[in-house]
Amino acid sequence: MSLNLIIVALLFTAVSGLPGLMLSRASLWSQRIAVACMCLGSLAGLIGAGLGLYNPMTTAVSFPWPAMGDSLIGVDALSAFFLVPIFLMGGLGSIYGLGYWPQRRYPRTGKRLHVFWGGLVAGMALLVISKHAIAFLFGWEAMALSAFFLVSLEDHRPECRKAGLIYLMATHIGTLTLFGLFVCWRWATGSYGLHPVANDALSLSVMNGIFFLALLAFSLKAGVMPIHFWLPGAHTQAPSHVSAILSGVVLKMGIYGLLRILSLLPNPPATWGGLLLVLGAVSGLFGVVFALGQHDLKRLLAYHSVENIGIILMGMGLAMLGRSFNHPEWVVLGMAGCLLHVWNHSFFKSLLFFGAGSVVHATGTRQIDRLGGLAKPMPWTAAMFLVGAVAICGLPPLNGFISEWFVFLGFLRAGTTIGTSGSAVMIGAPILAMIGALAVACFVKVYGAVFLGTARTSGAAHAHEAPFSMRGPMLFLAAACAVIGLAPVLLSPILDAVIANFSGATEASRLSLTSVAPLKIISAISIWLLVCILALWLFLYLIGRVRHRGLTWDCGYAQPTSRMQYTASSFAQMIVSMFSWILRPRGGQQQVSGAFPKPAGMHTHVDDVVLDRVIVPGFHDLEQRFGWFRRFQQGLTQNYMLYILITVILMLSTLIPFKEIFAFLIAR
Amino acid sequence: MIETPIHLLLLLLLPPLLLGVINKTKALAAGRIGAPWLQPYYDLIKLMRKGLVVSTTTTWVFFAGPAITLSTVILAGLLIPLGPFNAPIAFTGDLILFAYLFGLARFFTTAAALDTGSAFEGMGAAREVTFACLSEPALFFALLVLAKKSGSLTLTNMLHGPVAVFPSPAAAPLVLVAIGLFIVLLAETCRIPVDDPNTHLELTMIHEVMVLDHSGPLLGVIQYASALKLFVLSAVLLHLLAPFRTGSAWLDWPLFVGEILALAIVIGILESIMARLQMKRVPYLLTGALLLCGSGFILLVR
Repeated sequence: MSLNLIIVALLFTAVSGLPGLMLSRASLWSQRIAVACMCLGSLAGLIGAGLGLYNPMTTAVSFPWPAMGDSLIGVDALSAFFLVPIFLMGGLGSIYGLGYWPQRRYPRTGKRLHVFWGGLVAGMALLVISKHAIAFLFGWEAMALSAFFLVSLEDHRPECRKAGLIYLMATHIGTLTLFGLFVCWRWATGSYGLHPVANDALSLSVMNGIFFLALLAFSLKAGVMPIHFWLPGAHTQAPSHVSAILSGVVLKMGIYGLLRILSLLPNPPATWGGLLLVLGAVSGLFGVVFALGQHDLKRLLAYHSVENIGIILMGMGLAMLGRSFNHPEWVVLGMAGCLLHVWNHSFFKSLLFFGAGSVVHATGTRQIDRLGGLAKPMPWTAAMFLVGAVAICGLPPLNGFISEWFVFLGFLRAGTTIGTSGSAVMIGAPILAMIGALAVACFVKVYGAVFLGTARTSGAAHAHEAPFSMRGPMLFLAAACAVIGLAPVLLSPILDAVIANFSGATEASRLSLTSVAPLKIISAISIWLLVCILALWLFLYLIGRVRHRGLTWDCGYAQPTSRMQYTASSFAQMIVSMFSWILRPRGGQQQVSGAFPKPAGMHTHVDDVVLDRVIVPGFHDLEQRFGWFRRFQQGLTQNYMLYILITVILMLSTLIPFKEIFAFLIAR
Repeated sequence: MIETPIHLLLLLLLPPLLLGVINKTKALAAGRIGAPWLQPYYDLIKLMRKGLVVSTTTTWVFFAGPAITLSTVILAGLLIPLGPFNAPIAFTGDLILFAYLFGLARFFTTAAALDTGSAFEGMGAAREVTFACLSEPALFFALLVLAKKSGSLTLTNMLHGPVAVFPSPAAAPLVLVAIGLFIVLLAETCRIPVDDPNTHLELTMIHEVMVLDHSGPLLGVIQYASALKLFVLSAVLLHLLAPFRTGSAWLDWPLFVGEILALAIVIGILESIMARLQMKRVPYLLTGALLLCGSGFILLVR
């Protein structure tokens, strides 16, 4: 039942954009049909995923796949868990698109958007339910290519084309690595099926090979710190609801792939968990530090995705260490943190991107320092964005706190377990605390500069609230954040099922989450805190007799202007200079001199260290060194066909029995 | 079960007295008579009865700031044990909630400051969040040491741990942590040498400049909440500085009150003999606290 519903959902979402292709550009029905199909498909998919989660029974069908043996698709708890954000964001994003990217305003790109949106959602759903390498790759490529066309939707803008191309290169390096991974898998296990490997079936070096290939391919997609370089550009240049699904869901496919491969390999060595933990800490810390240096609202949110992927990886690393050292508690807490943060991040990050989209929609700019005071004209968006901001900082009583609390608790448990090397793992806790403090700094900066104070430009002054089609999905996501934060107990059976699915028939599969983490007390305290805050707030409103409303005092200055406000750049300046050794901010100010100085200005900018300092200069260097190779590259299809023919002939030449020929010649 | 009401009473009533003691100490050290001991209470009552002046720039966030700050600090106060007694709320992992409650308070205090659109308040908010990036990991290192030492993840057990090891060499990491925590306390409660609560130059303030536009009951709530924060963090620190027990509940409560007042006197003396640091040197002090707590951790797990 669960699988049937998901297949129906997959078909619905895959074809959702196609009917619109037959309609004219002016017709508004292409979008309406696409959204209706998408919503129907998402609803079916969510019901299917829900059934799969609450009755965690592996249902599978197999069908013949030419030349590759039987292909297999099936839903287990891990698949169902990742299907929920896919279908949820697929549906909500398409509804959001009704207001954000209406066919009437974007007749040229609208239809393309719907086709590839459907392709993206269907590709991800296929990838998650496939239990066979070829079907997995098929879904992976459908997702990767659809995402490319969505990122470069506005291809008349050069920066958009550039971001799309960088993304395409990165994703294809990942795909190439995946080819390597699955060839390796086939060679080691004897089939393309993704089935658990028996104990001691593989040697350690083969397992290491598989792990490192998987780590490279999947962390490229997930945007782990040193190889995150495609991510900020792509998320910034795509339309906001596309950024939302890219950041909220597509990145998670990297996490899914990693979890799937790790769940199949038995007896992981401790180096894997340690490496994941270190990568997570690096991504988490530097992701948020880079976010602090940004001036572009969506680019800032994109760097926060790097940070949150880091937190997810820290949880995963802890769980893997737990498997290596046989501590079921670490596995349960680490995985619970990792999995719950996957959901949480897809909810609050999509919410924040939707909010950013509303801001862009209302003011036409993404530059934080050109906004300000939007809480008055856009009260709904401001309130929803605030919910997202508090949640992403991991503050109680919202959902981000719960998942970070699991990871913290795992670290502390690891440290206090007697007779282990857990003390080293414990260092993760202060790092996570620092990430949290930096995230608070970053989101206070964003929220203060964008929504509070007064409007810095006329664009921000004439902002308007987003239409209901955009507010509705935001409201839904904010409610989801609040519900998970206030009643995490509801999710503990789901998390237990997925953890059991991940850890196989080990001790960790029998340990329930509620037995290691007091979720009920956390719920009670969170609700109590919320009630207390609301009561006190009401009390202050009631007893606060407002005697006078006037200008902000501003130390007695009588005529403050909006340009005198503290800007986002000044707000982050102390932290940016503290981390200038990695951020390397550039910019400067013109000196003011003389009695009648000329108008002066200053600017600062934080580049992406990996892309702008390593990859682009490195590739330019390579390009120059390989200048001689140009003579082979003349753009003539016939020539390229010739190269292919020559290569094939060369490969065929390995069939020539040289040994025998030499033996024959020497014998003569 | 008499403990919980006493805990609540002390938590809600005692904090302004700490401010009074600090101010009195400073006045005596400067050769003045100073304001009465109970002056902070009079100030609070007066503020609660006053009207408000509100900037036209502000939104509901401006009112939410004080409300959230006070609620979170009270909740944090219920999570820590006072003296030898158990905390009213204790569960596995409450130390994380304790630290993150201060994060929530910081988010909304600084957001309320930015809500006024004043450059001065923006400056204070920026300093507050920047310094927290250093003091938060320091606090966590300190909590790690206590958790590792006691083998427990509830604040009550963690903070009662030092009693057992106090006079032995095993307490060495705790000494480092105590110094680190004391610096964190001074930074978080905005005392000299990090911030001067009595300064008159807005450009150099941290906490006071963020609340320039709050008046009447809002200001009263903020001042009360900062007194509570001082009380809560002092109570945590006392477990490390003075882990003495008499064994009798009738003596232990007065002993605790005496200890916390003595700590207030120490803070007052410190404020009298020190000047505040230059703003650019504050991060070095906090990095020092981070290093102290981190060294304590390393000493423990070596």
